[in-house]
Amino acid sequence: MFRNKLEISLYRYNPEEDKFPYMKKYVIDKPERDIMVLDLLNLLKEEDQSISYRRSCREGVCGSDGMNINGKNGLACITPISEVIKRNKIELRPLPGLPVIRDLVVDMTEFYSQYEKIKPFLQNETTAPEQERLQSPEDRDKLDGLYECILCACCSTSCPSFWWNPDKFVGPAALLQAYRFLADSRDLKTQERLESLSDPFSVYRCHGIMNCVNVCPKGLNPNKAIGEIKSMLHKNKKDIIVSDGA
Amino acid sequence: MNNINTIEFDALIIGGGGSGMRASLELAKSGLKTAVVSKVFPTRSHTVSAQGGITCAIASADPNDDWRWHMYDTVKGADFIGDQDAIEYLCSEGPKAVFELEHMGLPFSRFENGRIYQRPFGGQSKDFGKGGQASRTCAAADRTGHALLHTLYQNNVKEGANFLNEWFAVDLVKNSKDEVTGVIAFSIENGEVAYLKAQATVLATGGAGRIYASTTNALINTGDGLAMALRAGYPAQDMEMWQFHPTGIYGAGSLVTEGCRGEGGYLINKDGERFMERYAPNVKDLAGRDVVARSMVLEILEGRGCGENNDYIFLKLDHLGADVLNSKLPGICELSRTFAHVDPIYEPIPVVPTCHYMMGGTPTNISGQAYTRINNEDYLIPGLFSVGEAACVSVHGANRLGGNSLLDLVVFGRATGKHIQEELKSGGGVASATKGDIDSSLERLNKLNESNSGFDTADVKKELQECMQNYFGVFRRGEFMKQGLDQLKDLKDKVDNLHLIDKSDAFNTSRVEAIELQNLFDVAEATAISAYERNESRGAHARDDYPDRDDENWLCHTMFDPKSKLVSKREVNFNPSKVEAFPPKVRTY
Repeated sequence: MFRNKLEISLYRYNPEEDKFPYMKKYVIDKPERDIMVLDLLNLLKEEDQSISYRRSCREGVCGSDGMNINGKNGLACITPISEVIKRNKIELRPLPGLPVIRDLVVDMTEFYSQYEKIKPFLQNETTAPEQERLQSPEDRDKLDGLYECILCACCSTSCPSFWWNPDKFVGPAALLQAYRFLADSRDLKTQERLESLSDPFSVYRCHGIMNCVNVCPKGLNPNKAIGEIKSMLHKNKKDIIVSDGA
Repeated sequence: MNNINTIEFDALIIGGGGSGMRASLELAKSGLKTAVVSKVFPTRSHTVSAQGGITCAIASADPNDDWRWHMYDTVKGADFIGDQDAIEYLCSEGPKAVFELEHMGLPFSRFENGRIYQRPFGGQSKDFGKGGQASRTCAAADRTGHALLHTLYQNNVKEGANFLNEWFAVDLVKNSKDEVTGVIAFSIENGEVAYLKAQATVLATGGAGRIYASTTNALINTGDGLAMALRAGYPAQDMEMWQFHPTGIYGAGSLVTEGCRGEGGYLINKDGERFMERYAPNVKDLAGRDVVARSMVLEILEGRGCGENNDYIFLKLDHLGADVLNSKLPGICELSRTFAHVDPIYEPIPVVPTCHYMMGGTPTNISGQAYTRINNEDYLIPGLFSVGEAACVSVHGANRLGGNSLLDLVVFGRATGKHIQEELKSGGGVASATKGDIDSSLERLNKLNESNSGFDTADVKKELQECMQNYFGVFRRGEFMKQGLDQLKDLKDKVDNLHLIDKSDAFNTSRVEAIELQNLFDVAEATAISAYERNESRGAHARDDYPDRDDENWLCHTMFDPKSKLVSKREVNFNPSKVEAFPPKVRTY
């Protein structure tokens, strides 16, 4: 490969035309300045209209453009090409483990349904005050590192346990949100939330592989949240046994 | 293509951002058959990018705060062409809407006493401008939009709201009585085209910042709903009023929240001078956004910009210290490192005024009902509603205050949802459309699908964006705008004759982008013609050939009629119901 050229190997699949997906090679002049992977895709699309991918905010907050970049999941819009180029090459594939609709676009139904399963909303049936419910800054701090999730699916689709049981293992993204509500001092359904997670699959399929932490573009730590849930489940079980005995 | 399915709803909401999801939440609880049609999964909507907060007199930072003070600031910020009945509703209903969000679970930052954290923002005052700077913007760190949008989505899930995600609305369908009866839309995933029939159609499609080359807006902000209304022959109000945010990251366009200046950051020129002290001696960097943006452009034009080409300004934050930056502005630190390659803890951020917000839009009343103008009279359009940035209710007038857009979304999203519920439950509704009506709304999509030659979407989009950037930016002048208008006339033919090379059905984003470009054009044209007509400087509309505000002739809204391409005037509402109106006065900060 010439030093001033950049080779992009792009996963292509159009269900109306292709029996099987394939990798297509594009060679372009290496951009003069460092650009993001999303900018690169936009350049390619100007040349080849048929390339499909999702994108919206182009600044890493909407979570549309999660994809597999040279083997690692990340957001195209905040990944500079300088960080991922290997020998003047970049390989772009859809997020692994989910059905491909076309090119880099995956069907995220399973991912979203796991999110819905954990009841991702505050549950507090006491009568709301006229103003806000009070929360101390310390209690509010407990939500940091949790609420910032953008549902890009980079973590869950990098997780072998999720690949294996996407229907039964809740996955790191949704578990992070499960803990976000368990940790919220305003939420009163702790017991119910824990019970719904206590089966052998929902949480316990996590084996601490840590791919989720490694790829999260927002620097969040689903593994830690899962650990917290596990210890809450453990304590809960003990409490139930103790109270049964009493 | 023309034998398409009809899917019937009571109410249809086009757009899954803050305003659309607030409206849908109201309707999901009502038992009416409702759907949100969104071209992206709802949490990918542009509301997610809002940073600094939601401005509202909840009296947390200051227990004596008063919604009337907020109203005064908003009227003044709007340079006196905001409708005072609507601003009164926004500010007085605001606290209820914000507390509801908190009850839904929005993770607001907190003060020591457990109440919602509020920070100072530009244009905020106590006691009707006499009591100094107020702190009225409720925040979840600098990720308030993200927190708000996700909270609304979560609560829509809770209430079982119905979503048509990754469906793209193309055009409104009208019946012979000129009532709106739904939209033509297609599934982006598989190309299925359908007539989504509804008794009430809400345009909640957000702004169209992508008409400019440089914008803080998401790539999806293409004014789809407003353009649909324009193509259906309905007018747009105050389209010359575009807000240029003072602090977009130089080169990248990403927003850097006004909250940075609220927390104590300030702007400096190449000499290190805090120049806002000269332009707004009282409130300095916290003047209205239009004032700050113009001051920055003047600094650059006069050779005091920073950098090799003297073409940007520095936003200085390092003096706030790592603790404040990490706890109050973590998102900004992240964005600056990624897009400006500077760490604000140590270095200033290079910024320039960047297109940010569309104050104009489809005119509505406070219940979200859209109206049209016939012989200079307002007439409600049966079946059509609009809310949020797509609408012009008008609470922002000629210049929006920071933090007022999120409040706009939830207050009017809520009001619109409630109104539709009442209207439909009391037997309101519209007549059916005929096959001919539906076919005529399919024309644009069919033409594109049948195109076998023509112009390239990406090329034409660049031309359009450059034209708007060059001739309709922060400062405007009649003779230049005339050149811009001529260029737009040439572009019209190209936009009408785009060549869609890829005709496939599965997730064909080039089809979406072609239609989005046509939408951008319609919004750009309305903007250009309205800007050319308003012969004065007011709020965000600054003309160097008419540098002064002219209340005698222009204390009014502009109304752009898409059929005649002419602009007429509409009176501003000076009739709030609970307080005396605030009369126009000289606007200084």
